[in-house]
Amino acid sequence: MDKVLNTPISENDVRQLHAGDVFYVTGQIFTARDEAHQMMLEHGEPFPVEGLPLFHCGPVVRKSGDQWELLAGGPTTSVRMEQFEADFLKRFRSRVIIGKGGMGEKTLAALSEVGAVYTHFTGGAGALAAQAVTKVEGVHWLEELGIPEAVWVLQVERFGPLVVTMDAHGRSLHAELAAEVAENMKRIKAQIVG
Amino acid sequence: MNAAIVEGLTKAIGRAATDLPNDVVRALEAARDREEGPARVQLEAILKNVEVARDGAVPICQDTGTLTYFVKFGVRFPLLGELMEALTEAARAGTEAVPLRPNTVHPFTGANPGDNTGAHIPAVTWEPVDGDAAEVYVLPKGGGSENCSALKMLTPGAGLKGITEAVVEHVVSREGKPCPPTVIGVGIGGGADVAMKLGKRALLRSVGSRHPEPKVAEMEERLETLINASGMGPMGLGGKTTVLAVHIEYAHRHPASLPVGIAVQCWADRRAAVRIGADGQVSHLG
Repeated sequence: MDKVLNTPISENDVRQLHAGDVFYVTGQIFTARDEAHQMMLEHGEPFPVEGLPLFHCGPVVRKSGDQWELLAGGPTTSVRMEQFEADFLKRFRSRVIIGKGGMGEKTLAALSEVGAVYTHFTGGAGALAAQAVTKVEGVHWLEELGIPEAVWVLQVERFGPLVVTMDAHGRSLHAELAAEVAENMKRIKAQIVG
Repeated sequence: MNAAIVEGLTKAIGRAATDLPNDVVRALEAARDREEGPARVQLEAILKNVEVARDGAVPICQDTGTLTYFVKFGVRFPLLGELMEALTEAARAGTEAVPLRPNTVHPFTGANPGDNTGAHIPAVTWEPVDGDAAEVYVLPKGGGSENCSALKMLTPGAGLKGITEAVVEHVVSREGKPCPPTVIGVGIGGGADVAMKLGKRALLRSVGSRHPEPKVAEMEERLETLINASGMGPMGLGGKTTVLAVHIEYAHRHPASLPVGIAVQCWADRRAAVRIGADGQVSHLG
C-alpha cells in the first residue's frame, strides 16, 4: 500500500519520515526556481505556503481560455537553490521540498531545525508529474518572471513517487552515497592504471 | 517555403519530444530488471513516464531541449535552400504544435523570442554525402545534461588509459545532475571543436550499437563497465546502472594533442530522423 500524505503537511508528519521512505502527495503544491526563491525572500509569500510542498520545477504549460494546463513538469536541479533554501524553509515552513539531485549541508541543517524533508522526484519524468496534476489553481509573478520561473500553484492527486533522500534527522542519502562512490572509485582507478 | 518539408520536420520534432526510441526503452527496461530499492523506483517511474508521454503525445520531459539537427545532404540534393529555411520554421511550428518550452535566451539581454530560434539556434551540422536525398537527425538536447558535457585536453602520453580515467572520473563526478542512467558520447582527437562535435554526433547512434572497429568497441564496453561499477546509479541515488551506453567516435589527432570531448545525454535520449527525397517527399527514418 503506497503512503499518501495530504496537504497541508504538518511538522509531525515529516518528523516521522526517514531517508529511503517513498510517499505520494495529494493536495496543493507550488513551484519555485531560482528567481521565485529570490522574489519570495525579498517580497514575501504571494499566498500562504506553510505545509505545502515546494516543487523545484519550470513547467511546460498551455492556456486554453482562462484555464492553464500543465503538460510536462518534472523537477529541475535543486542544488541551484542551495543559497536560498535554508532561509526559505525557516521563513515559509514549506515542510517538503520536491526536486532532484539533492542539496547541501546548509539545507540539511535547516531540515532538522524547521522540521522538513527533501524528496527526490525522478528527473525528466515530466509527463508522469503532469498526469498527477488535476488543476492549475493559479500563477504568481508570471509577468515578472516568465513561465519557467513563475510560482505555479497546482492541485495534485498522488503526486510521486517521492523518495526521501534528506530527512529531518540529519541523514542525507546523497552524502552517504558520495562516500560509498568515492571508495568504489579508488578501486576503479587502480584497475584502470593497473 | 516548402510546406511538406516543414511539416515533415515538425512531426519529427514532435516524435522526438514525445516518443522515446525503442532501443532506449529496451535498455531502460533491462536496467529496471537488474535494479532494486530506490534505483528500481526511479526506473519504474521513468518507464511509466515514457508510456504516459507516448499515449498522450505530450513531452517526455518539460525541458524539451535545444533543437539540434545533424543533416546529411546529398551533393545533388536539389532542395537545400528550402531545407535550410524549413529547419528554423519547423522549430517555430513545433514550439506551437507539440508544444515545446521556449528555450532560447539572448545571453546579453535575457530576451527569449519564445519560438526556440535565435542566433545559431537551432544548431545545425551539415555533412555533404553522395546522392540526391537528405537525411535530417533531430536531437532535442536538454540543459541539465548539456551542463555536464566537458572537454579534456589530455597529453598524448596519457594514452588510452588516460582517456579511460578522464571519462570515468568526469561522468561519475556529475552524480545525479545529468539525470542518469545517461548515454555518453565520447569524441577523441581532431582538435577541441572536432572532439566535442564527434562526442555529440556519437549520441545519434542507437543504444546497444557498437563502433565497427573492435578496439573502439572494446573501449566503449570497458567504459560502460567501469562507470557502472561506481555505484552512482539511476538519478544518482545508488545502483548498478549509471550509464545505458558509451559511444565513441574518433578523428586523427595532432601529434601534440589528445582532445577528448564528453557529450552527456540524459536517460531521455530523444531522437528522430527523416529522409527527404529529391522530389521533396518526406519519410520517417526512425
